[in-house]
Amino acid sequence: MELTTVWFILIAFLFVGYFVLEGFDFGVGMLVGLLAKDEKERRVLVNTIGPVWDGNEVWLIVGGGALFAAFPEWYATLFSGFYLPLFLILVALIIRGVAFEYRGLREHQAWRDRWDWAIIVGSFLPALLWGVAFANIARGVPLNESHEYVGGFFNLLNPYALLGGVMTTAVFLTHGAIFVALKTVGDIRVRAHAFAQRVGVVAALLAVAFIGWTAARDGDPAVWIIGAVAAVAFLGALAASHAERDGWAFVGTAVAIAGVVIMLFVSLFPDVMPSTLDPAFSLTTENASSTPYTLKIMTWVAVAFTPIVLIYQSWSYWVFRKRIGVQHIPA
Amino acid sequence: MDTALDLARWQFGITTVYHFLFVPMTISLAFLVAIMQTVWWRTGNEQWLRLTRLFGKLFLINFAMGIVTGIVQEFQFGMNWSSYSRFVGDIFGAPLAIEGLLAFFLESTFLGLWIFGWDRLKPGLHLMTIWIAAIGTALSAYFILAANSFMQNPVGYTMNAERGRAELTDFMAVLTNKVALITVPHTLFAAFMVGGGFVAAVAMWHLIRRPERDADAFRGAARLGAITLLIAGIGVVITGDIQGKVMTEVQPMKMAAAEALYEDADECAPFSVFTIGTLDGSKPLWSLEVPCLLSQLATGSFDGEVRGINSLNAEYAETYADSGLTDFSPNIPVTYWSFRLMMGLGFAAMAASAWILWTLRKGRLPRQGARSTRWLLATAIVLPLLPLFANSFGWIFTEMGRQPWVVFGLMPTEAGVSPSVSAAQVWTSMIGFTLLYGALAVVEVKLLLRYIGKGLPDANPPRHDDDSDRPLAFAY
Repeated sequence: MELTTVWFILIAFLFVGYFVLEGFDFGVGMLVGLLAKDEKERRVLVNTIGPVWDGNEVWLIVGGGALFAAFPEWYATLFSGFYLPLFLILVALIIRGVAFEYRGLREHQAWRDRWDWAIIVGSFLPALLWGVAFANIARGVPLNESHEYVGGFFNLLNPYALLGGVMTTAVFLTHGAIFVALKTVGDIRVRAHAFAQRVGVVAALLAVAFIGWTAARDGDPAVWIIGAVAAVAFLGALAASHAERDGWAFVGTAVAIAGVVIMLFVSLFPDVMPSTLDPAFSLTTENASSTPYTLKIMTWVAVAFTPIVLIYQSWSYWVFRKRIGVQHIPA
Repeated sequence: MDTALDLARWQFGITTVYHFLFVPMTISLAFLVAIMQTVWWRTGNEQWLRLTRLFGKLFLINFAMGIVTGIVQEFQFGMNWSSYSRFVGDIFGAPLAIEGLLAFFLESTFLGLWIFGWDRLKPGLHLMTIWIAAIGTALSAYFILAANSFMQNPVGYTMNAERGRAELTDFMAVLTNKVALITVPHTLFAAFMVGGGFVAAVAMWHLIRRPERDADAFRGAARLGAITLLIAGIGVVITGDIQGKVMTEVQPMKMAAAEALYEDADECAPFSVFTIGTLDGSKPLWSLEVPCLLSQLATGSFDGEVRGINSLNAEYAETYADSGLTDFSPNIPVTYWSFRLMMGLGFAAMAASAWILWTLRKGRLPRQGARSTRWLLATAIVLPLLPLFANSFGWIFTEMGRQPWVVFGLMPTEAGVSPSVSAAQVWTSMIGFTLLYGALAVVEVKLLLRYIGKGLPDANPPRHDDDSDRPLAFAY
C-alpha cells in the first residue's frame, strides 16, 4: 500500500478516536445543563469524565499534528479556510478545559454556575461545529488552483453541513447520556437512561438522513455499506440502552460514531479536500502529502508508540471503571 | 496596523508569550511536586505530603492554562501561517506530531491518574504517575524546541523547487540540530528557575507572614525552591554562554543586534550593560561597557573578532539576493533590550534566592519584625516574576532576533502568512483570544493567591482499598 494511503488511514483512525472519545465527554458536558438537578449531581457528571477528558482531547492535538506532518497542504488549507469556525472551536475548548479544572476550586454558587455555563457552551459549540466542518470537507468547498479556500464564512453554512452539525450534536448527546448511565448509580442514572432514549430517537433520524444524503451523493457501495453499519449500530445502541445493557449501548454508539467518520473518509478518498470549482483543484492524498521519507519515519514512530498509548489509556479507563454517585462526592 | 501580516505577527507574539508563561511553570512544578511526593514516600514525613498537595493544586491551576493555550499554538500555524505550513510541513510537522504522540498523551493520561488516583492506586504506583507526567513535559520541550531550532538553523533538508517547499532528507540531523541540543538544556534550566522561584516565594511568604503555622514544612520548601533556582541559574548561565557562541556562528546578525553593534569589531569588543541612546548606530549618549566581554561571549576569546550589522547586511544582500528582502537586520532596540532584560532578571533571581538560602542557613528562620525581613518579603513576592519574565524576554529575543526570516535564510516572515485570511478575520480572533486571555489571567492569579493564602491542607494520607462508597480523593 502507498504510504500516503497508510497515512490517510491513520489520520482517519485518529479522528475516529477523537470523536468516539471526546464525543462522549462533549455529551456529558452538554448534559450538565440538561440532566443534573443540583450541585451534587453536576459534580457527579463532571467527575464521570474527570480523569479522562484531557487525554481524550489529546487525540485532537495528535490528529492536528499528524495532519501537519503527513498532509501539510491539507492542514494549511483546512485551518486557514475554516478560520472562523476553528476560532470558535478553540475558544470553546479553552473555556471548557479551564472550567473543568476551576469550577470546584471555590465554594461559591455564582462561581460554579458561571463555569457550568462555560462547560455547557464549550461542549455544545465544538459538537456542532466539528459536524459542520467535517460535512463541508466531505461535500467539497471552493478551492482555487493553488488550493486556497476562496469561499466566505457563509459558504460553510449549507444545508448538508448544517444537518451534519445538528446530527453530531444529537449523536454526542446520546453517546454522553449512555456513558452517564454506564458510569453512575442512583437517580441520575435513571434519568440518563430516559434521556438517552428520547434524544436517541431524534439523533437516529438525523443520522439516517445524513448517512443517506452522503451515500446518495457519493454512490459508492462501500459508503452505503459503512453507513448502514453505522445506522444499525446506533439503533442497536438504543435497543441495548432500553434493555439497560449500558455497556453494549455504549459500544453501539461508539461503533456508530466510528462508522460515520469512516464513511466520510471513505467517501473522500483519494481526495482529502475536494474543490467545488474544478476537480483539478482538489487536494488529494498525493498532492497534499509530505515526502515518502517523512512518511516513512512517521510510520515507524506511529507503529512503535500508538500501541503503547492505547495500552496506558485503556489502563486509565480500567482504573476508574467504578460507577459513581452523589454519595461519593465529598461535602 | 491593518494588514493581515502585521496582525498575524502580533497574534503570534501574544499567543506565544502568553502560552509560555505557563509552560516553564508546568515543566518545573511537575518535577518539584514529584520530588516532594518522593520525599514523603521515602520518609513518611507528612509535611511533605501536605506540601505535595498544596503545590500539586497550584500546579494544576497552572497546567489547565498551559494546555488550553497550547492548542491555539498548534492550530495557529495553519490558521494564520498557511504558506509557512505548506513550505515546512514536511519537516516541521513531524516533531510536532511526535510531541503529541509521545509527550501529550503521557502527560494528560498520567496526570488524570495522579489527580484521581490517590486512593485507587498503590502509593508507589501513584508516585510513578506524577514522574511519568513530569517526564512527558520535558519530552514535549525537546520536540518543540527541535522544531523551533529548524527555524533558527535549518538542517537535514533539501529544497524542492517544483513544489516550492523544503523537504526532509535527514531526520536525525533535525533532532540533533546543534541549536536544539543547546537550546533544550538552556530552556529547561530556565524553566526550573521559574518553578524554584515560585516554590521558594510561596514558602517564604508563609514563613514571614504566618510564622506560627507549619514553619518546618515551609522552611524545607523554601530551601528546595531556592536551591533549585540557584542550581538551575548556574545551568542557564553555562548553557547560555555556549548558546551565544553557537548563535554567533549560525545567526551572527542576531548577536550583532543583541549588542546594537553596527561596525565590525576587529578585536576585544566591549559588551554594553546599559545604554542610553537610540541604538541606531549613532553614538549613544551614555553607555556602561565591560571591555572585551562581547568578544568573549561571542567567540570564546577576549580578542575575538565580532561582525557588525552593516557588513552582515551587505553580505546577506548578496547571498540572499533573490529573497526580495533588502534589510536583513531585526528590530534593534527590541533585541538589544530583551537580551539584557533576560540576563538581568535571571541574575536578580539568583541573587534573591541566594539571600533566601543565607537567611535560612543552619536551621534559622527569618527574624520577625526586622527591617531586613520586610525587604525579604518584598523580594520573595517578586521572585517568581523575575525568572518568568526572563523566560519571556528570552523568547522575544530569540524570535525577534531571527527576523526578517521565519525560517532563517529560507523564508521571509512576510511570505509565510495565509493568503486567504483577511485582516478582519485575524482581528476577530486576535481580539477574541486577547480578551479571553486577559480574563483568564485574572482568574488564574486570583485562584493561585487564594490557594497560596490557604496554606497547607490537612494530611489525610490516602488509603488504598476497595471501599467503593468513600468520597473521591481529588474530585472536581
